Parts: sequence; structure tokens; C-alpha cells
Amino acid sequence: MANKQVLSPLPGTFYRKPTPDDPAYKSEGDSVAVGDVIGLVEVMKSFHEVKSDAAGTVSSFLVENEDAVMAGQPIVELSD
Amino acid sequence: MTIRRLLIANRGEIAVRIIRAAQELGIHTIQVFSDADANSLAVKLADEAVNIGGAQASKSYLNVSAIIEAAKSTKADAVHPGYGFFSENADFADAVVAAGMIFVGPSGDTIRLMGDKVSARQVAEKAGVPTVPGSDGRIENIEEARAVADKTGFPVMIKAAAGGGGRGIRIVADMAEFEHQAPQAKAEAEAAFGDGGLYIEKVIESARHIEVQVLGDGENVIHCYERECSLQRRRQKVWEEAPAAVLPANVRDKLCQAAVALAVSVNYKGAGTVEFLYDDMTQDFHFIEMNTRIQVEHPVSELICGIDLVREMIRIAGGEPLRYAQQDIVPRGHAIEVRINAEDPAKDFMPFPGVVSELIAPGGPGVRFDTMLYAGYAIPPFYDSLLGKLIVWDEDRNGAIIRLQRALNELKTEGVKTTKSLFIALAADEDVRNARFDTRWLEGWLEKNKAKLGE
Repeated sequence: MANKQVLSPLPGTFYRKPTPDDPAYKSEGDSVAVGDVIGLVEVMKSFHEVKSDAAGTVSSFLVENEDAVMAGQPIVELSD
Repeated sequence: MTIRRLLIANRGEIAVRIIRAAQELGIHTIQVFSDADANSLAVKLADEAVNIGGAQASKSYLNVSAIIEAAKSTKADAVHPGYGFFSENADFADAVVAAGMIFVGPSGDTIRLMGDKVSARQVAEKAGVPTVPGSDGRIENIEEARAVADKTGFPVMIKAAAGGGGRGIRIVADMAEFEHQAPQAKAEAEAAFGDGGLYIEKVIESARHIEVQVLGDGENVIHCYERECSLQRRRQKVWEEAPAAVLPANVRDKLCQAAVALAVSVNYKGAGTVEFLYDDMTQDFHFIEMNTRIQVEHPVSELICGIDLVREMIRIAGGEPLRYAQQDIVPRGHAIEVRINAEDPAKDFMPFPGVVSELIAPGGPGVRFDTMLYAGYAIPPFYDSLLGKLIVWDEDRNGAIIRLQRALNELKTEGVKTTKSLFIALAADEDVRNARFDTRWLEGWLEKNKAKLGE
């Protein structure tokens, strides 16, 4: 099956954890259901959850924690 | 020492504002910028520009060594911090001075003194300025906190001594709630700030936010009257005006005198703002804090007083004495500022970065638009949402509101959503027209009037 990508809905800064002291929302190998939070995007000092619109297993993150992202940029790759 | 080469350690509309003031003084301007701001208006207008790092503020505008390095390499002799970022960071001010340059603002020690809530409150009390009833200083244990709350009466705010910007605040309604919340507040302060010190303040239930603009040269201090900033959303000001419509003349005098007394007591140098809560039922005012920098809403004071505050603060930093005596400052008319933010009021003020495909800036008599926008500008998502400030002046408040409506109707920012629709609705509201509001009014109004905010 083809891999699926979750895209950032907004431009900003991508975070993999809810706070610096918490564990990451998802790591490689974790299974993801539709609606699961995979990270946060900070845009203009406000934080927005990035929710998966697909189900699968995280095969890789395409951006690092605290990377700048564009709207529509692929953030994570899921395999079946 | 006169300033010849000024580095602007900020971005956005305030960087543009500072560049304009400095250029009028014949000063060579040097604008720092992040990777995301290479095409900013400030970079285009400055005489020189230096890249200081990555898009995120922590990699650029909040990187002390990158800024100091840029200042040295461009042979700047002064640094203007603007507002936000490092403007109230005492260590940054000290670092600028240690590198042999002028910091445009008060000394690091003054910033430190007024930046700590407890010491600022002590300064106010010593200067005879009324403070919000509460603890005399920091409180280390729950028993002490209980005694203070018992004395001031409820509701009270439990604040972390090391907190700020609305963080570490709990409001409790009675002693039972206090017993429950106080130990949590202390533990939370220890965890969040590494300092379990608390202080207790009575909650003023219906308060207006009124602040006094001061300008000092280290010896003399004058005031430029007051501003009212009661219209706030989530503790952020959205609409500011000068003068405060509800203030009786005798209270205005007392308020402005109190602000000057406080600033004199710390030999204040530069532009600053002394903030008060005002109870218009009792006509009591209480000091809350002093901001040791230029503020976003400074233009309303400039328009009623006819003075350029940013230019004056640069002159003072360069070593000039105050050019005005108090009697030279004669307020006239009424000014209103509204903050045009890249937010969608119809969607709970969701941020809206994007490209401004077309811009029509309002103008004409009594209208000023301090902005970072130009047609084709891509608003970066990494910083706050303020795009510009629409400021109007007229002979009286009613005239200013009519002029504001006219100017708002002229403003067009194709391609992005802004808070313009909020201000069109507010300017037409009866309570706003009659200046009937307190600091909580806007939150309640937004609940009821969400439907009016679609464009």
C-alpha cells in the first residue's frame, strides 16, 4: 500500500511535544488513528494541534521538532 | 554623547516607527532581521540591515550575542529595543552597555527594580502612590498568605512573585477556596519559576485600565497625561485612547502627579508608563506596574500632546536633557488607537498569516496608520499578529469615533483577515460610544456579538 502523509494545516513552528518536559505525541513505529494528535504548530504565538486525517503506523517524521513549516508541508509519513 | 548610528533590536511596526524617528534626527539606522524578515518594511527603510539568524525569535531577536555582534560589526553606538523582545530585559541592557554602547531606555538596575512585582510595589508605596491592597512584600508561607487575604477581603489574587504576563495567577472567591488553592499556587510557582514566593492582591471587581505616560532624563520627569486601555481581550489591549473619558480633572491631576512622583523616586531616564487600575465608582486608583519602555499605544499620547515620544527617548539616551517643562505639555482633543491584527474575529481570532495582495492605507485629516504592511508583503507566522495601528485624532471623543469609522472603511488588506471588523462593530456600540466599560467588558461583549464579526 502507498504511504500516506499528514500535512501541516498552518504555517509556523512545529513541535512534537505538548510541552518541552513531556514525551512526544507520537514516535516512529507508533500506530496512529484518524483524529490522533501528532504535534503542535505555533502560529503567531498561539498553538494549534495537528490531527491525523489518516490511520497507519508512523514510518518517519519529515520535519524535526521546532522546525519552521509551511501550510501544506508534509510532517509525518504513515505506512499501513 | 550624541547617537550617530542606532541599531534597532526589534521588528514589525515598531522598528519602522523607530527608524522614522532616528532618521529625522539625522541618525544612521541599522536594522537587524531574521531569515523570515529579509523583505520587511523596516529592512527596506533602514540605512543598513544585518541578518542575525533563524526565523524563530529565539534564534534571532532573542539571541543576545547575535544582536551585540551585529551592533559591533556595524559600529553602532546605540541600541533601541522597541517593545517586547529584550525591551525589559535588564541583562540585555547591561550587555549593551558592557559592549560600550548606549541602551535606549533606563539602566539595567531600574529595569530590574521595576520588573520585579514586589520591589516595584515597594517603590510605589515609598513614593506615596496607592497600590492594590495586598501583601507588603513577598510571602514565603501559607499562614502569612492567609492572614493577608483575611485582612484585604475576598476575592483575592494569588500571584507568583516571579511570574509575569498573566502567568502564575489564581483568583479565589473565599477562604475555603483559598485553603485549597494557596498550597497549589506555591508548588506551581516553585515548579514553574524555581521560586515559591507568592504575593496576595485584592481583586478590584470593576476596574478600568488607565496608565500615565512619563518621560524622564534621569533628573527631571514630566508626564504626557493618561491613556485608557480598558478594552482588552485575554488581557491584551485592543483599543486605546487618550484622554480617559471618565476621569474627573482633580483625579487626573492626582493620577499624573503620582506617576511622576514614582518615576522621580527612581531617577527615571527615558520613556515609561505607570499603569493603574481605576475604580470609577469610588474614584480610587491603584498602581499595578511600570513598563520601562515605549509602549504599543504611545501614539495616542503623541497626538493629544503634540510630541514625538520615540524621538525624545532617543535624544535623552544620547545625553540631552528634557526639552520640555511640564507646562509645555498641553493636551488637546481626543485620540483613539485600534490594533489591526492578522486574526479572524469570526473564527475566535484565529491567526491569519498570509500575503497582502492589495493594500489601501487610510489617510486624510487626523488619521495616522503605523504599519509594517505594503502591497505584496507576506506576513510571517513566527511573531505576534500585530500588523499596524490605526490612530485617529479629533477635537473630541465623539468626533474621533466618527473619524475612526471613516478610516476603518478606507482600510483594505486583500488576502488576509484582520481585526478591522471588530473595531467597526465596537465603534458603533452604544456602550463604547458612551465610554461605559471596564477591563472585563469586551470579553462579555464578544460572547454576545460573535455574529456581528463576519466580514
